[in-house]
Amino acid sequence: MDPITALTIFVLAIFVGFEIITKVPPTLHTPLMSGSNAISGITLIGALLSAGAELTFFPTLLGFLAVIFATINVVGGFMVTNRMLSMFRRKE
Amino acid sequence: MEALINLVYLVAATLFIFGLKGLTHPRTAVRGNLMSASGMLLAVLVTLISQSILSYTWIMAGLVIGAGIGAAMATRVQMTAMPQMVALLNGFGGIASILVAGAALNEANYLFSSPQAVADSVLNRGTAMVVQFGIATAATGLIGAVTFWGSLVAYGKLEGINGDQIRKRFPVLDRFKLPAPPPPPVASAEQTDSVAATGETTAVQRSTPAVAPLVTRLNHALTTQVYAKGVLLGICALLGLLLVINPSNIALYWAIVILASILGWYLVMPIGGADMPVVIALLNSYSGLAAAATGFVLGNSILIITGSLVGASGLILTTIMCKAMNRSLTNVLFGVWVPEGAAASEDEVYGGKIKSSSPEELAMMMDGVRRVVIVPGYGMAVAQAQHAVRDLANLLESRGTEVEFAIHPVAGRMPGHMNVLLAEADIPYDKLKEMDEINPTFEQTDIAIVIGANDVTNPLARTDPQSPIAGMPILDVINARSVIVVKRSLSPGFAGIPNPLFAADNTLMFFADAKKGMLDLVSAMKEQ
Repeated sequence: MDPITALTIFVLAIFVGFEIITKVPPTLHTPLMSGSNAISGITLIGALLSAGAELTFFPTLLGFLAVIFATINVVGGFMVTNRMLSMFRRKE
Repeated sequence: MEALINLVYLVAATLFIFGLKGLTHPRTAVRGNLMSASGMLLAVLVTLISQSILSYTWIMAGLVIGAGIGAAMATRVQMTAMPQMVALLNGFGGIASILVAGAALNEANYLFSSPQAVADSVLNRGTAMVVQFGIATAATGLIGAVTFWGSLVAYGKLEGINGDQIRKRFPVLDRFKLPAPPPPPVASAEQTDSVAATGETTAVQRSTPAVAPLVTRLNHALTTQVYAKGVLLGICALLGLLLVINPSNIALYWAIVILASILGWYLVMPIGGADMPVVIALLNSYSGLAAAATGFVLGNSILIITGSLVGASGLILTTIMCKAMNRSLTNVLFGVWVPEGAAASEDEVYGGKIKSSSPEELAMMMDGVRRVVIVPGYGMAVAQAQHAVRDLANLLESRGTEVEFAIHPVAGRMPGHMNVLLAEADIPYDKLKEMDEINPTFEQTDIAIVIGANDVTNPLARTDPQSPIAGMPILDVINARSVIVVKRSLSPGFAGIPNPLFAADNTLMFFADAKKGMLDLVSAMKEQ
């Protein structure tokens, strides 16, 4: 991907982020943080590619460690967000 | 194949966006989170069929270990410890980015040096690509390391781990002693706290000669801090430039990571207490930006999209938190409350005007009231009092009293902290009211119960332009007909100033731990 395309995607995605997130009510700010944190674990994609490339030992090791950390981020983030959100309920 | 993978990435990105959109209402939030999670699953699965993956051993091992740890953390963590959990997860996101960019740098150089694979290396795709790669790699190292270490320090502070404990356990650390970060100016607040706790209120003297050197010292500490951080950032930028010029020098990358680690440490170390929500939100934003920067390293669109969504989200939360404290971001990061004028002493504010009350007396007051507003603060979280508070609210409602909760945006240690705790205690979310919504209703409120909150109720923010909290939006509890403040002592909050609310004519102090106090009050009400 050439630098300009990458930059375009970056800037446009930031605008999308601003548009959506400003509408999140304060009561959901903590789940928003843990949930958005979980999706920022998307680095996992890069980690998988490094860990599986099988070039030399060092990058594979870095990739392996990155897979562990990113997976904690993803799994922990989504699960804890789900746990929190399922506690929010309306007046019956 | 490549096209298919990118198409699936696009679907995943769309799911993330819809997932975040789901979070705009509690009703749709659970579904939104599931959408995001399935987007992630999709992205991972399609990556696994990519041709560049040759071996699955390390991948599977990493996934299993990571999923195990993540699941254990998520199911065990207590709701009161959620700020620590989020801090830790932010940090893990940061270090994952550092490792991925480091691996990518290694791979690029390896491919570039092997004659048959040279075409595969990013270093062989024209100057523009190499410059992007270099800048992005340096940026990932910088942002990732600041996020990782900043988050670890934030985690330690929230858990209440302090330097002395660590040094006692690992005496080796004494040998690597960094120049200690300047003492946080809040120390003065803590001193007052401890003094007040021992009951020697007379010792709290804010005479002018004592204040003046403190302010000078503060300014001096601030300049040194800004200077040190500036130098660290400058060196990182310089090393980054060298890395762009010569991407084969992998050591430069790790040097950036090490310096940025010190920077991250320094950045968060002097910050504490009520400023924590800002720090956590900012680190959240950084963890997103680190992922986006990794996307630039790998030329991967989904990392860029997702990272910038999260970066934007964290930035918005940071702005909201800063507004709620009427402080600028630079002010939070580089200074703490810098006293502008001499604050009134506790004796002046409290002297002879404090009315203390008992559970029995309060229970009588509660009889037959029409409307009660509960104002929770960090003290409620510390005492784990949310369930006891719920019992009180239920009891009042069963007697026909209208009960609502007033939530200040910075109550607690992270954005939305109080809401999660009260939701855990089964309090419906439509009873939790935002500051702007509930403030006009305090005049029609019979009793406002302040539980473990302090600065966010301090009327000085409105009345005294000299006060360090002047202009900070507050909850107008003082307008309620009666105010009950549940607090262990008269010790000041994070701002380190006395709160005239405690001495107001319509205020009764109920000196107790939040949880025990609530339980006593509920049983006194039942015995009536």
